[in-house]
Amino acid sequence: MATSALTALAVFAVAPIALGGLRLRARAGPARDTWITSLRAALPEGMPWQRLPLHASDDVLQGGLDLAATLARGRPVHEPGLLARAAGGVLVVAMAERLAADRAARLGAALDLGPHLSVLTLDEGMDDDEQPPAALLDRLALHADDRQPELGVPAEVLNAARARWPAVDVPDDLLEALVAAAQALGVHSARAAWQALCVTRIAAALRGRGQAASDDAALATQLVLAPRATRAPDIGSSPGDDDAPPDGVEPDAPDLAPDLAADAPDAPDTAEDAPACAEPAPSGCEADRGPKTDSAADASDPPENAGTGALDERLVQAALAAMPAGLLARLAAGTARQRAAAAGRSGQSARSTLQGRVTGSTPGDPRRGARLALLDTLRAAAPWQRLRQRPATASVQQDTPPRLQVTRDDLRIVRRLQRRTTTTIFAIDASGSQALHRLAEAKGAVERLLSDCYARRDRVAVVGFRGTAAQVLLAPTRSLVRARRELAGLPGGGGTPLAAGLDAARQLAEGTLRAGATPLVVLLTDGRANIARDGTPGRAQATTDALQSARALRALGVATLLIDTSPRSSAAAVDLAAAAAARCLFLPHADALHLSEAVRQQRGSERAGAGRGRD
Amino acid sequence: MPGPAYPFTAIVAQDELKLALTVCAIDPGIGGVLAFGDRGTGKSTAVRALAALLPPMRVVADCRYGCDPATAGAWCSECRARLPGSRKPASRLVPVPVVELPLGATEDRVLGALDLERALAQGVKAFEPGLLARAHRGFLYIDEVNLLEDHLVDLLIDVAASGENVVEREGLSVRHPARFVLVGSGNPEEGELRPQLLDRFGLAVQVRTPQELATRVQVIKRRDAFERDPLAFVEAWQGEQDAARKRIVAARRRLEQVEVPDAVLERAAQLCLALATDGLRGEITLVRAARALAAHDGDRTVSDRHLSRLAAPALRHRLRRNPLDDSDASERVARVVAETFPA
Repeated sequence: MATSALTALAVFAVAPIALGGLRLRARAGPARDTWITSLRAALPEGMPWQRLPLHASDDVLQGGLDLAATLARGRPVHEPGLLARAAGGVLVVAMAERLAADRAARLGAALDLGPHLSVLTLDEGMDDDEQPPAALLDRLALHADDRQPELGVPAEVLNAARARWPAVDVPDDLLEALVAAAQALGVHSARAAWQALCVTRIAAALRGRGQAASDDAALATQLVLAPRATRAPDIGSSPGDDDAPPDGVEPDAPDLAPDLAADAPDAPDTAEDAPACAEPAPSGCEADRGPKTDSAADASDPPENAGTGALDERLVQAALAAMPAGLLARLAAGTARQRAAAAGRSGQSARSTLQGRVTGSTPGDPRRGARLALLDTLRAAAPWQRLRQRPATASVQQDTPPRLQVTRDDLRIVRRLQRRTTTTIFAIDASGSQALHRLAEAKGAVERLLSDCYARRDRVAVVGFRGTAAQVLLAPTRSLVRARRELAGLPGGGGTPLAAGLDAARQLAEGTLRAGATPLVVLLTDGRANIARDGTPGRAQATTDALQSARALRALGVATLLIDTSPRSSAAAVDLAAAAAARCLFLPHADALHLSEAVRQQRGSERAGAGRGRD
Repeated sequence: MPGPAYPFTAIVAQDELKLALTVCAIDPGIGGVLAFGDRGTGKSTAVRALAALLPPMRVVADCRYGCDPATAGAWCSECRARLPGSRKPASRLVPVPVVELPLGATEDRVLGALDLERALAQGVKAFEPGLLARAHRGFLYIDEVNLLEDHLVDLLIDVAASGENVVEREGLSVRHPARFVLVGSGNPEEGELRPQLLDRFGLAVQVRTPQELATRVQVIKRRDAFERDPLAFVEAWQGEQDAARKRIVAARRRLEQVEVPDAVLERAAQLCLALATDGLRGEITLVRAARALAAHDGDRTVSDRHLSRLAAPALRHRLRRNPLDDSDASERVARVVAETFPA
């Protein structure tokens, strides 16, 4: 656990710029404030520290006209952008999970220009679906979360490490082990492996070494590779097994859990502060890990007598120890969750463009709630300045600079994107009451609808419900290939938790509305619920719950299409449709043409319905 | 601040991407490269490295659009007005532009707009060229091209097809040549590309992380060496870079002389028929790219070998496909290539 004593914060403080940045995922609060304050204090004196406001426009980022000064002086005055002001220092991006993809792309491009800028993102994402854009995350070497201990490394050690780390030697076998560990964890980005190499050097420098050792690489694996893992490594699939590690104890490859003092004979300063550093580790790390504690202990204990050949395996074990509870299980359970996460990110990126995206300006009166497009107004006024100023300059003294003269005709207001995209949410009943061939037919119907969605460039989301719960198989995405894959992989059987399915669909619909798009729910079920909302069996309660959920969907004002998949048109489905104010279509009639037609009509009626809902 | 670019020739593996970029540098008429693949596989690095590899180009001195002194017929209106009938305008050498189009770019920045500075200071109605003008005769690179706003995509499709940028706004009426090689990169898992834009790319490349440990270690080592001392690294690769540049220059010169036998045209047609590609663009691109490759390899005639090396990048994005069919297009092309060119 001593590896945790060297924190992501300390590593970052040594070389913020070389590492690209730090992604800190933690709720806002005193703990986070403490980390940030200590981090800022640990950075070299005079290093720029700029905050990027979430709403910052391109001009703010890249620099542009200083409007106030331009207007006051009547000539263009430029101001440097945030990127320029943060150069050589840290740009702090708070609420990074809401950062728009284009903004992230700008930051990514700025980072690619060469080492001159560091980005610290603070995000409060609650789950894998809420993440800062991947294009930015990939460029930030360190990913840390709220299990973060205090920085806890004195300034002298940091300063010494800052001078020493670029020259730290990393033996070839260690580098190979790092790359192999990246491969085992499914980390495809070559950038990540290189970042891990840098962190290895910095860790060694912090420990006062001239040559990196395996615990330095282990720390790098934990801080850089573990958060990026996309699959459960083969050797990690049996973290409980204590199968005898190969012989050949390596005395000079220290285990993952030595304290700093033992490792740093040539660095008395580190030896001194070792106890202080090691202190926060147990409380900071172990306590919050919950179900993972056992494998964490496994990971840090047995490697003591592992051979060199197993170096990469030990790194992987270290990574496993650093993963948050449940992540490993999710990775092992399959890739469904991961894919959904990826979709969430892209969904988010599109979201920000939907919310009143500015598409230009138009002449108009800014008083009726429209926003004045200042630059465009100036542009419109600019060509006329000569003419307008001619009579004025004759009377006014020469030394006063000419004022910009803007007339009412010059006023431009911001025009926003009118078109809203539709997100079609498929909620699919995969329970046992849906005999298997019925499920296959339902899937066929969905595929036909997906083709329509492709043509319209809609986004789609898929919810499946069976057994006792509903699951979001695919968060809103434009990738229909993925939708189809999820659909094909949806197994059948079990009870019918209809209420849970409806609730999951409603939550997605709410998210879609928040994002500024139009949701359309397509529900495929026979309407025969037998699992209540709380997961208990019982047809009566289940039906009551389902109808209640259906009414909630209606209250949201979301257009719904119910495709009745029962062998004969059922009363249950009709009741459900009535409760949700849904159009009901009997599957045997649902050939491609009818389906498309029904969806089109629902979309139409939704437009009107949504309008009503907002009034 | 910004340091030197990573040398193109030092990029480990990624042969298909390097090949595609190289043939487009030899013959810009091929129509650009789309690189799809995982993050962090060096797509952006390769494109940015290209600028440093290419030989500088000659432009009319004082031309804002970088007109080629040799082709008076394709000049911008300013050059035509300034240089009536003059045979040899003054010229200078500039690096080939590799211009990045950022995702959130405004239409103004892409197309160009009224020059606010001059308008305010001098009351002059002047045009400030945008990214398209800067990319003329060079490369226009769009990272995350699949996330590009639809209105920008429309604009690009139009200009890429016509080779000319027409701006009619704010009382300005400007047209200038904008011929560029479009290079896009992205991750298909995050959204698909509009078919119309897809079609504008001559070649499509799938970039994968190398799977062999040794190669991956090599990638990291070189990157590390570069990051630690960029200048020394660039210096060490200078010889390779010069050699590669010479080959490109020589290939450009030879390009016109490379013969395309009828048999090769037939083979290309055969391939496209077997794959049922949309339209004729596939065949044209394939033959053009194969010709550039032959020129690069120093061959006088295009042969099956050139065709088969470029079949996948030239055709994989043109297969008529069911949008829901996720079977790998590369594999389909590889199969048909194997059938058409029995070893």
